[in-house]
Amino acid sequence: MTLDVRLKHRFAGFDLDVAFRSPGGVTALFGRSGCGKTSIVQAVAGLLRPDEGKITLADAQLLDTARRIEVPVHRRRMGYVFQEGRLFPHLSVRQNLLYGHWFTGGGTATELSRVVDLLGIAALLDRAPASLSGGEKQRVAIGRALLARPRLLLMDEPLAALDEARKAEILPYLEHLARESEVPILYVSHSLAEVTRLAAHVVVLDAGRVVRAGPASAVLSDPLAAGTLGAAGSGALLEGIVLCHTADGLTEVRIAAGTLLLPRLTAAPGSAVRLRISAEDVILSRQAPVGLSALNILPAEVLGLEPAGPGRVLVQLQLGSDRLLASLTERSALALGLAPGEPCHVVLKSVALASSGDAPD
Amino acid sequence: MEPGWLSAEEWQAVVLSLRVSFWATLVSLPLGILVALALARGRFPGRQLLNGLVHLPLILPPVVTGYLLLLTFGRKAPVGSFLYEAFGIVFAFRWTGAALAAGVMAFPLMVRAIRLSIEAVDPKLEQAAATLGASRVWVFLTVTLPLILPGIVAGAILAFAKAMGEFGATITFVSNIPGETQTLPSAIYSFLQVPDGDAAAFRLVLISVSIAMLALLLSEVVAQRVARRISGR
Repeated sequence: MTLDVRLKHRFAGFDLDVAFRSPGGVTALFGRSGCGKTSIVQAVAGLLRPDEGKITLADAQLLDTARRIEVPVHRRRMGYVFQEGRLFPHLSVRQNLLYGHWFTGGGTATELSRVVDLLGIAALLDRAPASLSGGEKQRVAIGRALLARPRLLLMDEPLAALDEARKAEILPYLEHLARESEVPILYVSHSLAEVTRLAAHVVVLDAGRVVRAGPASAVLSDPLAAGTLGAAGSGALLEGIVLCHTADGLTEVRIAAGTLLLPRLTAAPGSAVRLRISAEDVILSRQAPVGLSALNILPAEVLGLEPAGPGRVLVQLQLGSDRLLASLTERSALALGLAPGEPCHVVLKSVALASSGDAPD
Repeated sequence: MEPGWLSAEEWQAVVLSLRVSFWATLVSLPLGILVALALARGRFPGRQLLNGLVHLPLILPPVVTGYLLLLTFGRKAPVGSFLYEAFGIVFAFRWTGAALAAGVMAFPLMVRAIRLSIEAVDPKLEQAAATLGASRVWVFLTVTLPLILPGIVAGAILAFAKAMGEFGATITFVSNIPGETQTLPSAIYSFLQVPDGDAAAFRLVLISVSIAMLALLLSEVVAQRVARRISGR
């Protein structure tokens, strides 16, 4: 289900002027606080009326200011998960979950038990929202949105109000949801970790404009988006398959360009994993390096160089069918004679697991 | 049927006061909720005027309010004669007129309590309900109304207590007719005008004080219970 968004809105202080398309699955709206992410989601939900705009979901026109079309909030069927949960304090968890049932027919017994299992909230059903922890509230809020049979799930920084432990508690459920659910998700976040774990598609925003949009792996390894993502943030996202666990406590993962060795993962052989390689963890070498302690050394080809701040460059590399970014000093780039089309070797100092294929327990 | 320690006239005043206050509160409650909603949430021209109008009985001398009611709802007055001819409703010198006077005098207190509770409701919860498919009416019925229930209960009980004590506007508008418009305060006033009425007046004062205290206690208990249920603890 495609979502097409075109919006213009003048706020006191800044102008929002964006256009993007989400092809379905999880699309992340990524950017610093105050870049307009939440306004976009509110406009899609119908809680904010933009000065000008057109929003289409599949073949349904939700908004077209030129033709004076504006579907009211309650008829849009957008499952909105707010940053602060917004559970109804006068209703029990079960009543909160079934609230949408009165209006959309969602929340039949089968749907309820499926969502309750997916989110692990069976034990909370008869509790009052006031007695739940932040993480529990957020899981109930997600369930409530799902049970209203939404056409699109809008998640506005659903983890931002939680501490690290609670985030870690919910992320597996979100990953599971992102994979299982047929409902497309628009996920607002300023956390790169969340985006790399969840999103298939990324829209990078800065000061009310779209900086870059496209598949997650392409956007995150795009040197042009690096300014917004930050040096530590830019890097590459690679899909891999767990091959085997070695006797000396490592795990072999196959990626497009070859095999990587990672510290022992919990994922079983055969399962899909997502790996993140930060641009600062990549070393380049013109000759095949010998006598290094690094385990992961692969051949690659230089695609282009992009200046990234004083004295530094970002090198975009082709690694099999994947793309990789390396952050170097200008001096080393010159010394190595790096230019588009030149072959080289990449030495990976560290490879992080972005997400694993395991279902949450 | 009256208790032995009260004369028929005294008992009549007590029952009449309860009836007048009950109807005054019940009839003005829906209107009070609407006006409170308009004042708390409405953005329309004349909002300040409405606010002033609602609060007028609170600051005008009750005699003036009573006189204005007479000018408006008297048998020969514009609204009064229309209501009589169209619906056969008469306010002047009837217990219904006493209820109208009591309702008007209690209205500002009722609206104030309800308005405060509406302003305390987080509009974000109402937005959340709308995204789940609830139209504006359903949002009000399923989210706003349950959340402002303590305010409505408090407002109604406050209005009832105020109606029980209303004197100036009532006596000006509908006079002091035993059995028809002689409410508790009017009866106390009448007994104080006759040489040996002190004992009767004192009995009615005791009843008046008890009813007021009871109403206050009741409002506390009910509001607490409702608040506990709504906050989900």
